[in-house]
Amino acid sequence: MTSATVEPKKSERDKEVGMLSSIASNARQYGIVGALIVIVLVFEVLTGGVLLKPNSFVSLIQQNAYVIILAIGMVMVIIATHIDLSVGSLVAFIGGVCALLMERQGMNWVLAIVVSLVVGLLVGVWQGFWVAYVGIPGFITTLAGMLIFRGLATVIVGESVPITSSAFRGIARNYLPNILMFWGPFDGLTIVLGLLCIAAFAWAQISRRRKAAKVGLATEPMSLTIGKIVIASVVIAFVTYLLASSGNADQGGTPIMLVIVAVLVLVYNFILTRTVFGRHVYAVGGNRKAAILSGIDSRRVDFTLYIHMGFLSAVAAVCMLSRLASATAQAGMEFEMDAIAACFIGGTAVTGGIGTIPGAVVGAFVMGVINQGLSIMGVDTAIVKTIKGLVLLVAVAIDIMSKRKKS
Amino acid sequence: MSATETILQMQGITKTFGPVKALTDVNMSVDRGEIHAICGENGAGKSTLMNVLSGVYPYGSYSGTIVFEGKECKYHTINDSEADGIVIIHQELALSPFLSIAENIFMGNERSAGGVIDWNATRVEADRLMKRVGLPEDPDTKIMDIGVGKQQLVEIAKALSKDVKLLILDEPTAALNDEDSAHLLHLVRQLRDEHGVSSIIITHKLNEVAAIADAVTIIRDGSTVGDMIISPETPFDQDELIRKMVGRELTNMYPDHDSKPGEELFRVKDWTVHHPLDASRVVMDHANFYVRSGEIVGLAGLMGAGRTEMAMSIFGHSYGSNISGEAFVKGKAVQMPNVQSAIDAGLAYATEDRKVFGLNLLQNIRENAALASLRKMSRHGVMDGNVERREVEEYRKDFNIKCRNIDVAVSTLSGGNQQKVVLAKWVISNPDILILDEPTRGIDVGAKYEIYEIIDHLADEGKAVIVISSELPELIGICDRIYTVSQGSITDDVPKKAFTQEYLMRGMTKEREVTAR
Repeated sequence: MTSATVEPKKSERDKEVGMLSSIASNARQYGIVGALIVIVLVFEVLTGGVLLKPNSFVSLIQQNAYVIILAIGMVMVIIATHIDLSVGSLVAFIGGVCALLMERQGMNWVLAIVVSLVVGLLVGVWQGFWVAYVGIPGFITTLAGMLIFRGLATVIVGESVPITSSAFRGIARNYLPNILMFWGPFDGLTIVLGLLCIAAFAWAQISRRRKAAKVGLATEPMSLTIGKIVIASVVIAFVTYLLASSGNADQGGTPIMLVIVAVLVLVYNFILTRTVFGRHVYAVGGNRKAAILSGIDSRRVDFTLYIHMGFLSAVAAVCMLSRLASATAQAGMEFEMDAIAACFIGGTAVTGGIGTIPGAVVGAFVMGVINQGLSIMGVDTAIVKTIKGLVLLVAVAIDIMSKRKKS
Repeated sequence: MSATETILQMQGITKTFGPVKALTDVNMSVDRGEIHAICGENGAGKSTLMNVLSGVYPYGSYSGTIVFEGKECKYHTINDSEADGIVIIHQELALSPFLSIAENIFMGNERSAGGVIDWNATRVEADRLMKRVGLPEDPDTKIMDIGVGKQQLVEIAKALSKDVKLLILDEPTAALNDEDSAHLLHLVRQLRDEHGVSSIIITHKLNEVAAIADAVTIIRDGSTVGDMIISPETPFDQDELIRKMVGRELTNMYPDHDSKPGEELFRVKDWTVHHPLDASRVVMDHANFYVRSGEIVGLAGLMGAGRTEMAMSIFGHSYGSNISGEAFVKGKAVQMPNVQSAIDAGLAYATEDRKVFGLNLLQNIRENAALASLRKMSRHGVMDGNVERREVEEYRKDFNIKCRNIDVAVSTLSGGNQQKVVLAKWVISNPDILILDEPTRGIDVGAKYEIYEIIDHLADEGKAVIVISSELPELIGICDRIYTVSQGSITDDVPKKAFTQEYLMRGMTKEREVTAR
C-alpha cells in the first residue's frame, strides 16, 4: 500500500471522533435515556404488558404533563444557581383564579386562560424583583411565595370550585380532532404527525452533521448517526402506534396535552440553546463573576428567569385545573419537589451551570413511569413515594461517582 | 536571655509542587527575641516557606530540616506546630464573623470543663488577652462589627492564648490603614520586649522593615539570596535590599518590538476609589494616567498596591465604593457605571485570576470566547452559530490555542491556552483599549512568549494596551512606558530609557513614613 492511499484515510479518522469516545463523552445523556428504557421494560414486564397499552400510555402523558412543564422552567432556574419552591402553590393559586373567573365572573374560558397566564407573569415579576433586585436568595423568596400563594389559594377557593365548561375540561382529556379519519384501527392525523417527527429528527441529525463537517469540526461517526436515527425512528413509530390506537369509540389519537408539552419543550429548548438569553443563563450559572465582568446583566437574567417560571407555572395550573375539573386549595401539592427531582435525575448540576431541557424531560418521564407502573401494580402510594425518593438518591449518587472517577 | 540564642533554624528546605520547584535549598535562622522580616517579590516563595514551617505542608512533603528550640520538628498539621508555640496568622484572617471576640480567641482551644464551655473563664481570659494587645472592646462584640485592624489584634490575642513563642505574620498590614499599621507594629515590638516573643513578618513594605526588623532574609525565585542584620552599627540599607530582591538576569524572553505610539486613546483623571466595605479606606488616590494608540503601558506595583482595584473600578465600576474621577476615550469624557457601558466605550479588561473571574470552566472554548460579544453574534436575540464559529475559529488559529476543536471544555486546556481563550474573548469584542491583568501568571515560558507576541500584535493594530504585572522583568521586556504604583497612588511615570528594576522598585515601594519607631 502506498502512503498516498493511507494518508486521506488517516485524516478522515482524525475528523471522525471514535464511536466509543463519542458515546463516552455524552455518557450522562445516553445513560439517563438508557435508564429510562430499562425502567420502561422492567415495568412492562412487571405489569404484564399493561404499562404500554395505548390508553395507559396516554394517561401516563396526561398525568405527568405538569411535571414536564414545571421542569422546563425549573431546569433553567437551577442552571442559574437558583431554585423555585413556589410552583406547587402557584398551580393552586392560579388554578383558583382561573376557576373563579370562569365560574363566578362568567368569563369566556379562552379569556380566562389568557388572564391566568398574565397572572403567572405578574407573580414572576414579583418573585424576580425580590431575587434579582433586592438580593434575597431564590430559596427564601420562593419559600415565602410557597406560603403566600398557598394561603391565597385557600382564601379565594375555599372548599372547591367545580368547572362546568366542557371545552375547558377537554384540554386535559381530549385528543386532536380526527380530521384525517381512521386508517383501519388507527387515527390518520397521528400517523402523519409521527412520520413528520421521524423525518424532522433524521433531517436535524443529518443537517447538524453536514454543518459540522462544513466548518471543519470533528463529526461523530456515520454509524452512530444512523444508529441514532434508527433507534429514534423505532421509538417514535412505537409511540405513534400507541397513540394512533388509543382512545375510545368517540375519539382518539394525539392528546392535546402532548401537543402543548411538545411545543413548550421545543420552544424553551430553542431559547436555552440558541438564544443570547440562554447563553446568559449558562454563563451566570457557571461563573457569575466572570459573566458580570463580561458585561452580562446577571440581575436581569435572574429577573427574566422567574418571569418564565411564573408563566410556566400558570400553564401547569391551567392544565391541572382542566384535568381535575375543579379548583381546590390543595392542588399542586409537592409539585415543586417533582419538578426539582426531575431536573436532578435528568443530569442538572446541584451547583448550577449544567443541565438541559431534554435531560429534565427524560427525568420527568423516569419519575412518571415509576409512578404509573407502581400504581398499575397496585402498590400503596406511600411506598411509591419512598421508591421515588430512593430513585432520586441513586440517580444523583451515580452522577457524582461517575464525575469523581473521571477526575 | 542571651541575644544570640537561635530559636529557629531552617536548613536546606526544598518543596516541589508536581514539576514546579517552589523552594530550593532555603536556609534561614531566627534568634530568640528577634523580629525577622522576610522580603521578596510576589511568588518568590515566602508564604510557601511559612506553610512548610507551620505544618500546612506536612513533614515528608518537603526535604530539609527544621529545628525549633533545639529539637527537630516533624509537624504533620498546624496543631502540631501550635503545640510547640509556633503560630501563623495568614493574610486572610481565620475568624468567624458571626461569633464574638471571646469566642474567636478561644476557637478550637475552648475554655471548658467536660465539653461544656466555661463562659466566665472565657470572658475573663479574653479580657486579659485583649488588654495585652491593646484592644479596647467588649469581648462579646461580634467580629463583623469591628474593623480589620482590630480583627488583626484578635488574631494576635488568639495566638497569645496558645502560649506563642514564635509568631508568624503574613503581610499583616496589607489591609490596614496607617494608624492601625503603626499600632500593630508597636504591638509586635512590645511582645518582643516584654514577653520575649519572636516574630517573623512577611512584608512588601520596606519602611516597615526599616521600622521594626532586627534581621531580614531575602527570598527570590524560591531560594534565599541574602541575609541582613539591622543594628545601630549596621543600619538598614534599602537600596541593597531592593537590589537583592530583584537581582535577576534579563534573558532573551521577549520578542523584539518597535512601538509606534500615535494619538492619545485613553486618559484617566483624578481617579479615586474606596474600599467596597470600608468607604473610609482609600484604595487608589487621585490616579492620573494616559495611553496612546499602539502603545504598551505597564502598571508596576506590589500586591495590594491598588493596581487591580483601580483597573476594575474603571471597567464598569466592578470594584470599590465612592468612586470619583474622570475617564476620556479619544478625548471624549465617558461614563462607565456598568460593564456593558465600558465595553461599549471600547474598553476590555482581561482579569487577573482566570479561573475565578475570567472563565466559565463548565463551558467550552467557543462559549467562553463569545461571551463578551454575544450581541454582535446574534440577531433579535437568536445566536448566529456560523458567525460565532467563524470568529472564534479565527482567533483559535491566530492565537494558536492548542485544542482538538473549539467545542472542548476550557477546563481541559493548559493554563497558557486558557489565558489565550480569555484574550480571545476580549479581542473578539473589538476594543480600542485593552487592560490585561497579570496576563502570564502561572503559565509556562513558551506560552508566555506567545502571549507577548499577541500583545505586540494588538499594539501594532493601533490598540492601546495596559499591562498589569507583578513581574518587573516582564514589564521591562514588553512595555513602552511604565507607571509605578505604590500604596494606592501612582508614584512615577517611567519612560523606556529609564527602565531598570532598581529604579522601578523604588517607585513601587515609595510611601508615606510609618510612625512606629
